[in-house]
Amino acid sequence: MAELFEGYRRAAAWDEMFDAAVKPRRTNGPVHRTLSALSAGEVQSRADALARSYLAQGVTFDFAGEERPFPLDVVPRVIDAVEWQTLEAGVSQRVHALEAFLADVYGQQQVVRDGVVPLTLIQSCSEFHREAFGVEPANGVRAHVSGIDLIRDEQGDFRVLEDNVRIPSGVSYVISNRRAMAQTFPELFSTMRIHPVDDYPRRLLQALSAAAPTGAAAEPTVVVLTPGVYNSAYYEHSLLARLMGVELVEGSDLFVASGRVWMRTTEGRRRVDVIYRRVDDEFLDPVHFRAESVLGVPGLLNVARQGNVTIANGVGNGVADDKLVYTYVPDLIRYYLAEEPVLKNVDTWRLQEPEALEEVLDRLDELVVKPVDGSGGKGLVVGPAASRQELGVLRSKLLADPRGWIAQPVVQLSTAPTFVDGKFQPRHIDLRPFAVNDGEKVWVLPGGLTRVALPEGQLVVNSSQGGGSKDTWVLGAGRSGLSRRRPAGSGGPAPAARTAVPIDTNPHDLLNADHSMHQQQQQQQQEGAACVSAARRAAAGGGVDA
Amino acid sequence: MLSRIAESLFWIGRYVERADDTARILDVHIQLLSEDPWAEEDLACRSLLTIMDRPVPADGTLITREYLLETLAHERQNPSSIAGSLIAARENARRAREIVSTELWECLNTTRNGVVGLIRQARPHDYFSWVRERSAIVAGIQESGTSRDETWLFMILGRSIERADMTARLITSQAQLGAAGPGWTTLLRSCGAYEAFLRTYRGVATDERAAVFLLMDRLFPRSIVHALTRAEECLRALEPHEDRYGVADDARRELGLARVGLEYAAHEEILHELPAAMDQVQRACSAASDAIRRKYFPSGATTEWVGEAL
Repeated sequence: MAELFEGYRRAAAWDEMFDAAVKPRRTNGPVHRTLSALSAGEVQSRADALARSYLAQGVTFDFAGEERPFPLDVVPRVIDAVEWQTLEAGVSQRVHALEAFLADVYGQQQVVRDGVVPLTLIQSCSEFHREAFGVEPANGVRAHVSGIDLIRDEQGDFRVLEDNVRIPSGVSYVISNRRAMAQTFPELFSTMRIHPVDDYPRRLLQALSAAAPTGAAAEPTVVVLTPGVYNSAYYEHSLLARLMGVELVEGSDLFVASGRVWMRTTEGRRRVDVIYRRVDDEFLDPVHFRAESVLGVPGLLNVARQGNVTIANGVGNGVADDKLVYTYVPDLIRYYLAEEPVLKNVDTWRLQEPEALEEVLDRLDELVVKPVDGSGGKGLVVGPAASRQELGVLRSKLLADPRGWIAQPVVQLSTAPTFVDGKFQPRHIDLRPFAVNDGEKVWVLPGGLTRVALPEGQLVVNSSQGGGSKDTWVLGAGRSGLSRRRPAGSGGPAPAARTAVPIDTNPHDLLNADHSMHQQQQQQQQEGAACVSAARRAAAGGGVDA
Repeated sequence: MLSRIAESLFWIGRYVERADDTARILDVHIQLLSEDPWAEEDLACRSLLTIMDRPVPADGTLITREYLLETLAHERQNPSSIAGSLIAARENARRAREIVSTELWECLNTTRNGVVGLIRQARPHDYFSWVRERSAIVAGIQESGTSRDETWLFMILGRSIERADMTARLITSQAQLGAAGPGWTTLLRSCGAYEAFLRTYRGVATDERAAVFLLMDRLFPRSIVHALTRAEECLRALEPHEDRYGVADDARRELGLARVGLEYAAHEEILHELPAAMDQVQRACSAASDAIRRKYFPSGATTEWVGEAL
């Protein structure tokens, strides 16, 4: 049945499953063996099971008025333990640097005085909010949750593509992907040591509780603030609230009074200590930002400034994931942490520098150009794929606003086998690990969200652009790495030979099982089959007396 | 109401609940056995069979998942397997056909037809989901279409006693297997209690709290204490007269003692002695069931008809 992998053409890109000789890499052995043993029909039926599971869970997106399941590929992406250690260290290092940068930018701005980043860079950033000055987080954390987007280049090295420290989303897919895959491929879970991901909600709640303002109760009230059911990430908001066991609130459920934030409940108002908000800065507080916003809470920011509520992630975080600031992050790591970056950036041209702009304009048809404040692949132009006309428009945009754009060489993202049209074909993927900062430690969820660009050759992996996802498996270092059930030495205590308490049954049922045939025959002989209901009653009566 | 009818109603309640709970217990264990590379299948299956009051084959033969499924899920003759109890529930409904609503009868009948039909070949998880759904439909029809008279009381009485008994067995299975068991979180999930639990404890979940939740939460309907309370309420409604002191009803006394034993126990003690405590609950349920039969379903003296004598 190996023909599912037959004709698997490795592109120029690095492939996650196969090496240059199209042999499966060691870590992918079990997955490759299991999948090779399946026929196309069997793989299809598992793929259908995954889709059904998503439809049932409601992990769907709206496509032309029809609910479609979010595509989850049957082939998992496997990361080995050693590689993961590097990624974990790199992500955690980056988060530490970004935290330090945010604290500095909304504080003394030492980084500007020391000439590491220019003041104009910060001031010209559309996500730099003066309103955030004076909001001092209780435990010093501003990026409680970060999503660092990574890609693997042609040489197999992971590089950071962008940082997300505002409202990184997608973690719900990591959790639901795992649940669906465990039900669909139990045999793989039983042979491989895969790090579980279900710890995330607990870690997140712990980090949010740790961020509670001083003076909050021992078990602070944490809520998740959602824009509402029409938001595309609403599923994620409700899942996180559900798994953390906290309230999911909309802006109108909260109000500000006497310097505190409260929620309206059936038992009167209840004080809120920490708001894990999934509403953008601009809509968070109509007093300070967009006055017409109905998604936010008027006066919220003032309460935060007084230190009576914690907003997570912090307001104004966008200045740290601006794509031009991104080019300075390696310097920021050296400046704040005195360490060399573990993960490299993708080479990037800053278009404000005249010679860089000149070079980029020359080579526009071979580069990727991105707006600095866009996310989700919005506004991004891939040079080789763009028409002359598009490039013309882009050229004038760049000339008009060089601060608004960056340019990068086209990186061939790594590929992984993906089940498309009845067989496995290479598709480009990226990886978004999620990091949770509780003020003492940055914890990185093992794995993260692997997104797949489903159209052939497509290099933009984003769910809003026809993307799917893969379950991401980080392998344990050894048996002990996953000893969640079997502590050393316990070969399973032989259960004490207890005598079980008998399970009762209706005595008539047992009698009936023996005699029913006999009785029925008797009834038929006596009365004939004419009056069935009378016969039944008689039979039942007979059962009692028998 | 005729004793015979009442007895059938009582057993409809018990059998449907039994099918539901057995499906939940099996679902977690089968899932665990398929996922955990270090699971000791034989040991786990033996322990589960014992807990569910099934003979364990003499040592030597390895017991597999398939054997477990056959015995506890698919066997039709034994009214304590899933298939068997669903068939038995329908037979009981047939005996009380004139009291049982047509809607409920058809539901039980369709379920029984399903059990002997294609669903047998479904994957275990799908089969268990199907059983849970059928039980939920039965519960829904009972809830919305039964007058709150004796019909209702006997069905709910049966269901509550069975639920207390089965939850106790579920807890025993975890307590006995310990680290090799599915874990308390999984157990909560299998009872549909996980999210209720998380909301109650705001995500600060410990094994101890999970066990206590299943044992004695007052508000969650699948906890043992809640089920026992419910059963007691039914008994009190069936016989509202009370003396100045004590409890005349044997069944109520059994259930009440079991409930009080849990409700007023010190957590550490009871968690330390879980299998023994669960044993007591199961025995109390069994004793109560006997007492109920003696009191409400007395059957006439057994008359043996011998052919030749006629």
